[in-house]
Amino acid sequence: MPIAYALEFEKPLAELESQIQALEAPAPAPAAAAAPAAAAAAAAPSAELLALRAQHRELLRKIYANLTPWETVRVARHPRRPQFRDYVKMLCKDFCELHGDRRFGDDPAIVTGFGRIGAIKCLLVGHHKGRDTDEKLRCHFGCAHPEGYRKALLKMTLAEKFGLPIVTFVDTPGAYPGLGAEQRGQAEAIAVNLREMSRLETPIVSIVIGEGGSGGALGIAVADRVAMLEHAWYSVISPEGCAAILWKVANEKTNTEAATALNLTARDNKKLGIIDDVIPEPVGGAHRDPAATAANIEKWIVENLQELRRLKRSGLPARRYDRFRKLGDFAEPRAR
Amino acid sequence: MTQVDSKALAELKPTRPTRVPEGLWLRCPACAAMIYRKQMEANLHLCPECQHHFRIGANERVRQLVDDGTFEPMFADLRTTDPLKFKDLKPYTERLAAEQKKTGQIEGVQTGRAFIKGRPAMLACLDLTFFMGTLSSVVGEKITRAIEHATEHDLPLVIVSCSGGARMQESGLSLMQMAKTSAALARFDEAGGLFISVLTDPTTGGVSASFAMLGDVIFAEPKALIGFAGPRVIQQTIRQELPEGFQTAEFLLEAGLIDRVVARPELRNEIARVIDYAGK
Repeated sequence: MPIAYALEFEKPLAELESQIQALEAPAPAPAAAAAPAAAAAAAAPSAELLALRAQHRELLRKIYANLTPWETVRVARHPRRPQFRDYVKMLCKDFCELHGDRRFGDDPAIVTGFGRIGAIKCLLVGHHKGRDTDEKLRCHFGCAHPEGYRKALLKMTLAEKFGLPIVTFVDTPGAYPGLGAEQRGQAEAIAVNLREMSRLETPIVSIVIGEGGSGGALGIAVADRVAMLEHAWYSVISPEGCAAILWKVANEKTNTEAATALNLTARDNKKLGIIDDVIPEPVGGAHRDPAATAANIEKWIVENLQELRRLKRSGLPARRYDRFRKLGDFAEPRAR
Repeated sequence: MTQVDSKALAELKPTRPTRVPEGLWLRCPACAAMIYRKQMEANLHLCPECQHHFRIGANERVRQLVDDGTFEPMFADLRTTDPLKFKDLKPYTERLAAEQKKTGQIEGVQTGRAFIKGRPAMLACLDLTFFMGTLSSVVGEKITRAIEHATEHDLPLVIVSCSGGARMQESGLSLMQMAKTSAALARFDEAGGLFISVLTDPTTGGVSASFAMLGDVIFAEPKALIGFAGPRVIQQTIRQELPEGFQTAEFLLEAGLIDRVVARPELRNEIARVIDYAGK
């Protein structure tokens, strides 16, 4: 299936792909003599086709092995990249969605519900960006309102009560900046989540599956273990936001510089100790093989939850505290 | 850990924070009256005509809040490093040095024990004059240690916030200070500690979305800008004019998000009063 080319750096693949498509396509019907030849081609691909496919695979691998941080951000935002609800469908057979914060409303930008991952019953919480225009607008492109964060906390408290581990999927450009969001206490909602998640007596694991934009991401990511998909990004601000402030202008060049300076890739975050693991994506990114990506995610979740479930629940907050307590970098002259 | 050149630090001359344009007289940005600087400064940095609250640095804030000579600075040795070797138009180290030179401070928060009207308390004051009071690893660490110290010693905790948000030059590490400080406050809460959060102009971004909004009691200075997103970002998102007074302390009071709007001259009294009711 051809991929719609939204990404500039994937352009070199387009030529190869159209050649492959031409060779794969059945010959036009009017030429009767061509029909047997096409059938033969379908049965055994020509040497030329095999070579082209190999060339395509190799080029794809090369491009994705050398993505710049800004290109990574573009992959993380790919319109066909799997989103939370896609993973829910692939991972859980009987997802039981739970709505509403019991205070103001139900924010579609954060989805919560019970589900089984492997054999483990858990609570799933995730940002959802939306697929078609309608859904995207309803979800504010994955930018949650205070009621979204409050819904997440309410359901996480339920999980603690019923002894279920929590799995969160982070995918947001940031919390929604708007009139209603401010009036209803966006800052307070996120702050309370940070404080309360730190002391929930149940295992929590988080995965940044696409965009990890600042406080809006962290608001559901104070976890015992945190991972990122290979081509996701996680930082305190988007490269464009950073470029606009520090470089005074956001364009292709400054975005590229800002993305690099921010150390926002999965590998960078692992180096800084902000995340524990990088979950590999199939060659060419999650959007090229959602099922394989989901399988990698499932493996990571199951492994980590199995480990965490062996620990005493009441001891989890102290371990989680230590995990976040040591983050930061500073110098301290030896005490005199 | 990097060694810090103590001689270089000693050479940092404390200069007066650039709160307002220099000069004997200045124009109040709120009422446009020409006011005599010394009179304004002697009046807790309020406009003598309209009580407009001028922004102040952490030193001045501490001086105004605590009983004379009772502030014992703590954790003052922590130094900022440049873990990401961050460089935008200028390197982070250069910007940091410029901020240090400008303010005579080495980072954007003062922490320590003090007495407020005779009541012992743990105090942290963010410094807007230093890097816009942004949340660096050092700021997060000092605040976390202040919270931990208050927890261990059963002290009421007072944090005066003013901040542009996260320190972008420390990227994800800055972000993590939000989780770190909030988690420390969870423990303080469990130990039954009293946290009075004072929000001053402006308190936004990562600071408002972590410890600043977690006070058991939250005060704000009149007209202070308080919010998650800055007004410009909101305007760009919704593409319409923001209502008059949006994101001011008074707006937050009406929205039910803070306990009281407290004018600067009343702050000491009000903090002491709450400590008497709720402190240990």
